[in-house]
Amino acid sequence: MASPDPRAGFAELKFRDPVRARAMVEAMGRATAGIGRSRVSLMHVCGSHEQAIAKYGLRSAFPSALSVIMGPGCPVCVTDAREVDEGVALARQGVHIATYGDMLRVPGTVMSLADAQADGASIHVIYSAGQAVELAARLKEPVVFFATGFETTAVATAAIVLEGLPDNLSILSAHKYIPPAMDIVAATPGLAVEGFLAAGHAATITGWGVFEPFVSRHHLPVVVAGFEPLDILAGLVKLLELVRDGAPAVVNMYPRCVTRAGNLRAQEALWKVFQPSCGRWRGIADVPDGNLALRDRFAGLDARTRFAIDVASLPKSAVSVTAGACICGSIMAGIKSPTDCALFGSACTPEHPVGACMVSSEGTCRIWHQYGGHPDLGGIA
Amino acid sequence: MCLGVPGKVVAIDGNRATVDFWGVRRQVLLDVVDEPVAVGDYVLNHVGYAIRRIPESEIGETLALFEELLAQDDAADLMAGDVRAEIAGTGAAPDGES
Amino acid sequence: MIDGRGFADDRIGLKHGAGGRAMRALIEQVCLPGLGGGATPGGIGLAAMDDGAAIPVGDRWLIVTTDSHVVHPIVFPGGDIGRLAVCGTVNDLAVMGATDVTALTCAIIVEEGFPRAGLERVYASIRAACEEAGAPIVTGDTKVMGRGEIDGLVLNTAGIGFCDRPVPDSSLAPGDVLIVTGTVGDHGMAIMAARHALSLDGDLRSDVAPINGVVRAALGAAGGGVVAMKDPTRGGLSSALHEMAQKSKVGILIEEAAVPVRPEVRGASDLLGIDPFVMACEGKAVMGVRPDAAAAVLAAIRAHPLGRDAARIGRCLDTHAGAVILDTGFGRRILAEPDGEPLPRIC
Repeated sequence: MASPDPRAGFAELKFRDPVRARAMVEAMGRATAGIGRSRVSLMHVCGSHEQAIAKYGLRSAFPSALSVIMGPGCPVCVTDAREVDEGVALARQGVHIATYGDMLRVPGTVMSLADAQADGASIHVIYSAGQAVELAARLKEPVVFFATGFETTAVATAAIVLEGLPDNLSILSAHKYIPPAMDIVAATPGLAVEGFLAAGHAATITGWGVFEPFVSRHHLPVVVAGFEPLDILAGLVKLLELVRDGAPAVVNMYPRCVTRAGNLRAQEALWKVFQPSCGRWRGIADVPDGNLALRDRFAGLDARTRFAIDVASLPKSAVSVTAGACICGSIMAGIKSPTDCALFGSACTPEHPVGACMVSSEGTCRIWHQYGGHPDLGGIA
Repeated sequence: MCLGVPGKVVAIDGNRATVDFWGVRRQVLLDVVDEPVAVGDYVLNHVGYAIRRIPESEIGETLALFEELLAQDDAADLMAGDVRAEIAGTGAAPDGES
Repeated sequence: MIDGRGFADDRIGLKHGAGGRAMRALIEQVCLPGLGGGATPGGIGLAAMDDGAAIPVGDRWLIVTTDSHVVHPIVFPGGDIGRLAVCGTVNDLAVMGATDVTALTCAIIVEEGFPRAGLERVYASIRAACEEAGAPIVTGDTKVMGRGEIDGLVLNTAGIGFCDRPVPDSSLAPGDVLIVTGTVGDHGMAIMAARHALSLDGDLRSDVAPINGVVRAALGAAGGGVVAMKDPTRGGLSSALHEMAQKSKVGILIEEAAVPVRPEVRGASDLLGIDPFVMACEGKAVMGVRPDAAAAVLAAIRAHPLGRDAARIGRCLDTHAGAVILDTGFGRRILAEPDGEPLPRIC
């Protein structure tokens, strides 16, 4: 390459070392064998874990007895169709919508924001919460920040609210809070999952202590892990050891970012602006305290109070009969695989997603569709 | 779930830091980071906000944790010893930065 | 037809222009039938969906190609729409095997109110790129449309050139070596950074350049050993490899660590959650080379100023026909085929 890689000394590279990874994979094999069963199922609750597992091809290195399932860890996937409808309705009412790129193709009841954009609605993809503020300052017309994501992302929304929004900017919160959803999944009848890999960046905010009550309630181990290949592999090795030893505990394998108490300043901002409320998670259930709603004192900034959001005005479309066959809920609960779904790859594809799991680039079905799930990549001469 | 990217702080102006992400720089706000941040620190960025100062000592701590995990295993398996020798030989990333 | 999936949309969306599966479905199921099926007896025509057409003329081949260009912003780090329009057509000719450009055409549609100085700048860069490529523009067309009827400027170029042997994108065989002539993802990442106002500060610049010189060097050293070529524009390296694998009915194994990516592009791609392999290149070629010619071809490419970062990135397999497999160094996975305009992610 022409120029020396400026990352050559970057510490993060240490967590991408294939040689250490190989040692970790061997350790994983031994830990799995130590459990002595033909099938061990672990669940991660984080789309970025799935993304990294797929991106680095880690699944092809997992022991065959180990099944790593993706739980409800993708905030875009679990954003309810009704919430998308609100954004779409606002956009069609002539309001500018600012939102993260991940949201654009998520289907609502009738259409996605991308469809609304193709119809002429003004949708702006932003990459940071601050860009919503800049956009509003520039446009001088009503702008709604369709704010999605888990607590990690909600902190940034809270920060711009506390900083003070321009008069023409309001917030449509579809933010979600993970811990209550983990409880729902852990209580699912028939759950085969024996341990949880928890999301390192949500835990950066909330601290790993937030999982202690979970462990005592469900007697399942939780390991907090980061997102580099070594982080994930080491997290899984640790989790397998806890399963093997029958030790339900919380172990933090991401100490460079996660502490027990978490980021107190961020928590303060988060809870000053948001309060937990019951919300529908697509494909999962109504999750008590699973949504983050703006507190009453910020009601004036809430797009739901500022605008009469006319979801009923959306053009009626015959809701696809196939949608009823979608098993996203069971897939996100880890009970079924994409290949168990009759729609997977035929009626439901990345071009024409039916369920949430096919929508997001980190959705389980989408990733299986793109990366081939567990393709047989052996036997290459 | 939350794309968090570590980068190195190269300048600070009030609550705004210029952070280098492996060759690309971007403004990152320091409003919600819970420790004082100085030029040269690593921070974790999520949607334009630093959500964590990453102490260099704790990079070492994470690595040590991994080594420990592998070391436990070493005793049980000679194969791992070979791989560990390989690790020692590669020095995959120089310790210059951490 | 792609994986048996139909073109089900009743309207055209942006994804249908993004160079991925959706776009191929549109072309195969709407455009191609609309143009009459595209059979070209004895040559390479529409039906081949290659970078251009090849028509036998005497004992040589005439290569024809055309390309329309809209880009926002019109001027971007590393180039502008003028340079892009010339290079796009020159490069399509080159990867079909015609490295000497006989003639180009240039048609321009301008939006009412477009500044004269801006237009002059675009023409200046058209001229400069033509000189660089040794490509004469022999005819053109000019239209003006009302404000708002188009976005600033649309350019169309067409080109012709001759060669002794056209190089299709469908002739890979197991064992063939894959070579890329330089770093990937530069153009796409530069445009994305400029377009989404991401306020990224760094040397993200388009690689837009005429590659007929570097391709000529490769063909000259190959002794007929370059069997397939593609320029990885929309959809990037990933789209190009998928097309080559599917048309040639071979598997392709790529070593991720061997693919050259500029550090700044890698940094931006980590930051935005976008795979550099799906980001467009505008000054690169991907070549399939017979194993015995690979070393000579690679050396010849590297000796060219536009080929210094060239690398051998993988090989063709006799298994996994049609699939592109990525060896990440940690494991293997199927390389995703892009399916829409890449967007920055936060999750």
